[in-house]
Amino acid sequence: MDSGQPSFWRRCLAHRSFVAGGLLTGILVLSAIVSLFWTPWDPIKQNLRERFVAPSWEHLLGTDQFGRDIFSIIMTGAQNSISVGVVSVSIGMAFGVALGLWASAKRGWTEELIMRASDFMYAFPAILLAIMLVATLGQGAINAIVAIGIFSIPVFARLTRGAANAIWAREFILAARAAGKGKLRITIEHVLPNIISVLVVQATIQFALAILAEAALSFLGLGAQPPTPSWGRMLNEARSMIFINPWLAIYPGAAIAAAVLGLNLLGDGLRDVIDPRLARKR
Amino acid sequence: MTLLSVDNLTVTLKTVRGPARAVRNLSFDLQKGETLGIVGESGCGKSLTALAIMGLLPENGWAEGRVSLAGENLLDYSEDQMCRVRGDRIGMVFQEPMTSLNPLHTVGKQIAESMMLHRGMNKTDARAEVLRLLDMVGIPEPAKRVGSYPHQLSGGQRQRVMIAMALSCGPELLIADEPTTALDVTIQKQILDLIRNLIDDLGMAMILISHNLGVISQNVKDVIVMYGGTRVESGPTHEVFSNLSHPYSQGLFSAVPQIDDTKASRRRLTTIPGTVPELADLPAGCTFQERCTFVTDACRPTPPPVEEVAKGHIVACLHTDAARAAWAAR
Repeated sequence: MDSGQPSFWRRCLAHRSFVAGGLLTGILVLSAIVSLFWTPWDPIKQNLRERFVAPSWEHLLGTDQFGRDIFSIIMTGAQNSISVGVVSVSIGMAFGVALGLWASAKRGWTEELIMRASDFMYAFPAILLAIMLVATLGQGAINAIVAIGIFSIPVFARLTRGAANAIWAREFILAARAAGKGKLRITIEHVLPNIISVLVVQATIQFALAILAEAALSFLGLGAQPPTPSWGRMLNEARSMIFINPWLAIYPGAAIAAAVLGLNLLGDGLRDVIDPRLARKR
Repeated sequence: MTLLSVDNLTVTLKTVRGPARAVRNLSFDLQKGETLGIVGESGCGKSLTALAIMGLLPENGWAEGRVSLAGENLLDYSEDQMCRVRGDRIGMVFQEPMTSLNPLHTVGKQIAESMMLHRGMNKTDARAEVLRLLDMVGIPEPAKRVGSYPHQLSGGQRQRVMIAMALSCGPELLIADEPTTALDVTIQKQILDLIRNLIDDLGMAMILISHNLGVISQNVKDVIVMYGGTRVESGPTHEVFSNLSHPYSQGLFSAVPQIDDTKASRRRLTTIPGTVPELADLPAGCTFQERCTFVTDACRPTPPPVEEVAKGHIVACLHTDAARAAWAAR
């Protein structure tokens, strides 16, 4: 490309928050993958003789009230967080992007109906909506994921519709229509490829929100059920012992914070890297 | 044989200031293989006329009247039927070659798409056809350029690509909406020569839209001068330009800078006083009344009569004789 811009990857590496976010997210993904095959200790097996062991080389982060290795539980908990993020963002994107594109292609009352419906959903606090859905559908990891996915549908629908409307107003769309292309073809061939970067950025941020929401649901006992390791439930279990063994709460809290921070930094970085014009204005 | 017949075309746009009739009772016929120019300043309705023929009016606009292509009224067509007309039977070239191509696809792909869509060609055949088209529109080394992205081409080359796209399915009619406005003058001539030669070779009809009188006078057989959404003068290009008869056409012509004017440095550029009237509240009577030097009270209550001053040369003005006399004596 002779655009006079440094290459995509070079710009990524030059962007500090992109690198920091990428590293944090990388650690999250890596620990989830590694924990599928190996953890220092079994994260589920209890050992009542070794309760509340302080951090040491043997137990990097110590053990909990059942004598389980906290480092192993945190590692395995990343699996839960990632699967929640992937599945719920996929649900939100699949429906939200489709609705947004449909609204943008149809315009008129179809657009009004879709957008007002998402405004309506948007008006509820997300976590309250998720609690309501889980309460109706029954508690459990799957329902929590579905509930989180549903509340990210309007986010993607709004974003997609806004970005797509801007593309529909471009001249090359008029030229494509003058060449006889139908709205479906134009949406798939011209609109979607031109808004994909915005969607990718939103997906990383929505991923972070999903992890946070799942932790909150698990904390309330509405998410992942024991013995599946989950950061949110670890926090809940540590609640009663917070003055005796504060690290039981600090470690999962730090893990959630690091994951959310990492994904947000990555999202911000991606946005700057994908659209250099925005980065220079800052 | 009449290819395109526009009869009493009216385009209305819904605006915050009420409905604006941006094109009013426009009628013209275009024979197979002939060329027509539409000239006028910005906002006179020339582009909307083109979009109305293509069925591509903006969301807030609608067309009334008849637009017949080989006898069938396109305004009655459904969106699906129009999709089969656009690109296949009517091709269109736009003003901005810089933004009329999708930056994410190669030019070869964008040209091929139409043919795969309308002609059901497979990829290999379409590619061969793209190479032929690129060569035909004068792009050097088509085999190299077929994989280029729009930003790798110059403005003139991009407009050539747009022309190749518009001609890919061999349409009966080409609509060129200000095809050279965004290009510099030397490229303008090349592009116009290219369009005219292709039209002749392929036996297509063309509607050329421009605000540039020079472009119109050299490239089309018939011309329509539009002002405020209506036709003020029309006829064979040579006849109209030799005997300009409407005060507006005369003003438009006087406003063209003359480079061979010996006193050019001392002469101020002639302008038409005033501004284009607001389309949402056009005056009753002649639309040009506020800016016309020949205006009398008789111009204000009713639209001007339409008069044929020479064979095919039509003028819509109450004071045609006075205007013609003034123009001849200038």
